[in-house]
Amino acid sequence: MLELTKVSKLFNPGTPNEKIALMDANLKLNPGDFVTVIGSNGAGKSTLMNIISGVLKPDVGEVRIGGEVIHHHPEHARSRWVGRVFQDPMAGTAPRMTIEENLTMAYKRGQRRGFGWGATARRRAIFREQLQRLGIGLEDRMHAKVGLLSGGERQALSLLMSTFTKPQILLLDEHTAALDPARAELITRLTDEIVRDMKLTTLMVTHNMEQAIRLGNRLIMMDKGRIILDIPQEKKAGLTVAQLLGEFERISGQQLADDRIVLG
Amino acid sequence: MLASIYGAIVLGLLYALMALGVYITFRILDFPDLTVDGSFVTGGAICATMISNGYNPYLATLAGFAGGALAGVCTGLLHTKGKINGLLAGILMMIALYSINIRIMGSPNVSLLNIDTVVSPLLDEKIGIYIAVVAVVVLLIKTLLDLFLHTDLGLALRATGDNDRMIRSFGANTDRTKILGIGLSNGLVALAGALLAQHGGYTDVNMGVGMIVIGLASVIIGEAIFGMRRVWIATLAVVVGSIVYRIVYALALRVEWFDSSDLKLITAVLVIIALVIPQVRRAMKQKSVARKRTLELLGQTAGKGGRA
Repeated sequence: MLELTKVSKLFNPGTPNEKIALMDANLKLNPGDFVTVIGSNGAGKSTLMNIISGVLKPDVGEVRIGGEVIHHHPEHARSRWVGRVFQDPMAGTAPRMTIEENLTMAYKRGQRRGFGWGATARRRAIFREQLQRLGIGLEDRMHAKVGLLSGGERQALSLLMSTFTKPQILLLDEHTAALDPARAELITRLTDEIVRDMKLTTLMVTHNMEQAIRLGNRLIMMDKGRIILDIPQEKKAGLTVAQLLGEFERISGQQLADDRIVLG
Repeated sequence: MLASIYGAIVLGLLYALMALGVYITFRILDFPDLTVDGSFVTGGAICATMISNGYNPYLATLAGFAGGALAGVCTGLLHTKGKINGLLAGILMMIALYSINIRIMGSPNVSLLNIDTVVSPLLDEKIGIYIAVVAVVVLLIKTLLDLFLHTDLGLALRATGDNDRMIRSFGANTDRTKILGIGLSNGLVALAGALLAQHGGYTDVNMGVGMIVIGLASVIIGEAIFGMRRVWIATLAVVVGSIVYRIVYALALRVEWFDSSDLKLITAVLVIIALVIPQVRRAMKQKSVARKRTLELLGQTAGKGGRA
């Protein structure tokens, strides 16, 4: 489904601040894979997401989705394949527009936008049904401006907006990190439900080790721009946080240094 | 007195098209576009030149709109593709248009006296009828704009100004929506220029000076009266704001110790006050709420401490 081949990316190449963001990264996601990504500060997790979504373009290497080479497409063109939820709950929605309008824009993900009416009755019925799945009462507030929602509500809406059109690849970029524990748990549960129900091929970056183990069927670990470990489903099931941290130390030769690490 | 108020209402309605253009860039796209001072004249220049050369006045008015839209597209291209700072892109286009406008007219001004125009049949009618016809036309354009802003494309345009990162992740080309918005905005501004040239009977290369500030004043006055809760309310507010501005302007002209040349200063001061007051108010409110909440929370913890 998603295939990265020998992808490398340098920041500030040729300057004293040159930094390897991604080095010779190879990754293959099969349809329905739900892969969690962990790693130390500056390991290249965000770069990986940005390369797939098109915010950054690889210096070397290839990105394919469903066999098609896509890394030369700009970000907006890749939305045809890729849905994304950002870490910042403010980033995934337009605050001065209503819930309904936000969903309308998400509904047209990757399609041509013309002079057709946006929030038609038929679409509104779909939105209402989808919002009910979140179970937080947003279906009764479809005309409310998104700026009035709490961070958790906005993130739940972002998650719905990025998934209900069934993207081929779903990118979750630490999307629970900015929320308080209760809200983070809600979003985590919704993520698990939605990804399972819709069998979405998903890549999720997280700082929460317990979450990384609990969710998904595969776990990859990154360090200094490289993918250093890829744990398949069979091994992941019995894994503990302590084992995971030990494994990281063994391979990289140092402790997992992550400012925001949550052991779970 | 009454006649000057009626005159002000007509002017307010015609300038409302310009203010709607400013609303698109300033409020929807969050892009302060200074092209307006030039494109306003471009609309008048194209229209007046074509009419005085015997073209159909309606066609000439439409051509004025198109000319302004083209100028806006240029500003949009400078900003998005040329990566030039938005303010600078607008200023560059404004300066370029000054020369272009003189080129279009062949001289610094064109007179339309005693030539049939779009508005000339109305000038003989009663002022009430003139106002009614212009009001219908302006409200029609306003409604078309409202409808557009609710289409898929219009939503993408609004989201570009609200959260461009978000709408890009859903597949809108934000460079294109910006160019579209700035183009549409300047088209409306130029349409206002074209109609005002016909209303006043001339186009002068300097008639666009300060237009952006007048547009802003209209938007801000409208907001103060109506608010911006929904798109159709916001656009109606802009139209009303423009009329109120013209009435205030007409009344100010009657004050003895004001010169008409002082009005630009008054407009600027008005806009400055309208921009600063909400910020000061918000800061003060935030401070008082913060203080109140802190005291409340302190009271709660003290209470808990007492019980424990």
